[in-house]
Amino acid sequence: MEKYLKSFTHELKKNYALFLMIIPAAIFVIIFSYLPMSGLVLAFKDYRFNLGVFGSKWNGLENFRYLFESGTGWLITKNTILYNLLNLITSQMLAILVAIFITEINSRVFKKVTQSFIFLPYFISWVIVGTFVYAIFNYETGMLNNIIKGFGGDAVNVYSMPGVWPFIICAFNAWKWCGYNSVIYIAAITGVDSETYEAAGIDGASIFQRIRYITIPCIKPTIVTMLLLQVGRILRGDFEMFYQIVGNNGQLFNSTDVIDTYVFRSLLQNSNLGMTAAASFYQSALCFIIIMIVNAVVKRIDSDYALF
Amino acid sequence: MIPIMHYSKERGDKMSKKSEVISSNKVKLSASSKLFYAISYSFIAIITALCLVPFIVLVSSSFTSEQYIRFHGYSIIPKEFTTDAYELIFKTPITIIRAYGVSILITFIGTVLGLLLVSMTAYVISRKDFKYRNAFSFFFYFTTLFNGGMVCTYIFYIQYLHLKDSLWALILPGVFNVFYLLIMRSFVSTIPTALIESAKIDGAGEFRIFFQIILPLLKAGMATIGLFLALGYWNDWYNAMLYINSDTKYPLQYMLYNLLQQTQALAKIASQAGIVVADLPTNSLKMAMAVVATGPIILVYPFVQKYFVKGITIGSVKG
Repeated sequence: MEKYLKSFTHELKKNYALFLMIIPAAIFVIIFSYLPMSGLVLAFKDYRFNLGVFGSKWNGLENFRYLFESGTGWLITKNTILYNLLNLITSQMLAILVAIFITEINSRVFKKVTQSFIFLPYFISWVIVGTFVYAIFNYETGMLNNIIKGFGGDAVNVYSMPGVWPFIICAFNAWKWCGYNSVIYIAAITGVDSETYEAAGIDGASIFQRIRYITIPCIKPTIVTMLLLQVGRILRGDFEMFYQIVGNNGQLFNSTDVIDTYVFRSLLQNSNLGMTAAASFYQSALCFIIIMIVNAVVKRIDSDYALF
Repeated sequence: MIPIMHYSKERGDKMSKKSEVISSNKVKLSASSKLFYAISYSFIAIITALCLVPFIVLVSSSFTSEQYIRFHGYSIIPKEFTTDAYELIFKTPITIIRAYGVSILITFIGTVLGLLLVSMTAYVISRKDFKYRNAFSFFFYFTTLFNGGMVCTYIFYIQYLHLKDSLWALILPGVFNVFYLLIMRSFVSTIPTALIESAKIDGAGEFRIFFQIILPLLKAGMATIGLFLALGYWNDWYNAMLYINSDTKYPLQYMLYNLLQQTQALAKIASQAGIVVADLPTNSLKMAMAVVATGPIILVYPFVQKYFVKGITIGSVKG
């Protein structure tokens, strides 16, 4: 211990300026990330506002029991996982397809222009995306009903049809992230040694064979890394997306409520904060465990693919 | 000498043969290649169209008369062209100017603070002679693996940091981002360490080395991270929704969100403009507001796009 302290003071003396440089960020992270974690004790407490976080009484696992016995816990967990799986598969597939096609296209202008437009949705806020959803699907003036009526059909109220929202959400998620993700895959594909392609060309490989046997195996590490990153977040719903696309629409909660939107709603309504904190705690803890397990497993199979 | 010449000649022959083969391939496109190009061009064209159409609807609806929208809905081509919605917005622009002001302020302060913090920290954790660089890296990285979640953060910010209804609540949560730290670290690692060592020998202090030698060499990294930070602040509405009460402190995106959700916000605009709510071109006004809020991003987009591509590419490669 003493030895350790000695080496610390030695380092402090030698590199005191570097310590000074890193201290602001360290203090910042402590205040804004680490200290708020202490609030996780709320999950095990019967929270009373006037008593504060630390003055409130302990109540063991009562909050968790209530969360799951009321059925809410299972519903939001199921929704979060299903949405993330669906979004993961569709958005990555779309991005990979776009990347493969764009890199094969010869016309430089076409390539540049289309890539710029596909990247554009990444730059706008979810509020604007919410505006799009409204402009397309709202009952009175939405474009969808406009088109249906144009063909002589009856207007549909999409906001009272819970079944279609998974598809709407999934489509907009893929739409917004397509440009961003395809940038990553395009970088991976252009990183492939061009001689490999030339050799394949000489050997008479068709374009489909080239993609099947060269491009896809070469970008496999990227695909795996992207999947891993997403799997680690499988219990985290993209709050901004869900809130802007669906909003506070009670009719759709059964099919669109994820952990994050549930937590937010109960936070605003101040209803049973202990149970909300329990949901939050359960999400954070499980996420952490999943990342650790996935990473450990991947490390055993092939340490090149591991995240850390 | 001679063998090398010989070798390179042979190599040259091979190369030309290779390119001959390839170019002849290109001239006579096989049926499968033709099919492939047909698919790829049309697929990319469709995706591009899907990315563009919402923007076109937004703009053309903002120029369409309220009467038309009420009866026929939003459409891609502007019909019954009018600038009513924009005239209304700029007739009493106080709300929107204030929101613009808030957005510009938080974007500016947040980006400058964030850049300073991120670049300085990235520099220290990439200094090989700093013993605790890995310990600090892990200390920062851990926050991406585990965090308190929305409830704890919200209660802590309000009860202990007293950030309710303060503009700092819009700035501070996004200032230090570990993902940006990792990108910045790979920018820093391209700077040769010999440069730092020779500056040290010349007697420069650490702060002087950082500000006078490292920072000027980090221009590309600063531009990339600065743009990521700025985009994040400009598009933020979430923190405003959680922490801001008074509508004079609303940033642009949150003001827009309110406008879309609440008739109250619309009524306020109507009363400022001195007209009754019923006469308000509600439907086109919403779209016009969205155009005004997104305008700056679309305008700078062509110039900054390449920095984002660079940042994303670096971020996707493990550091």
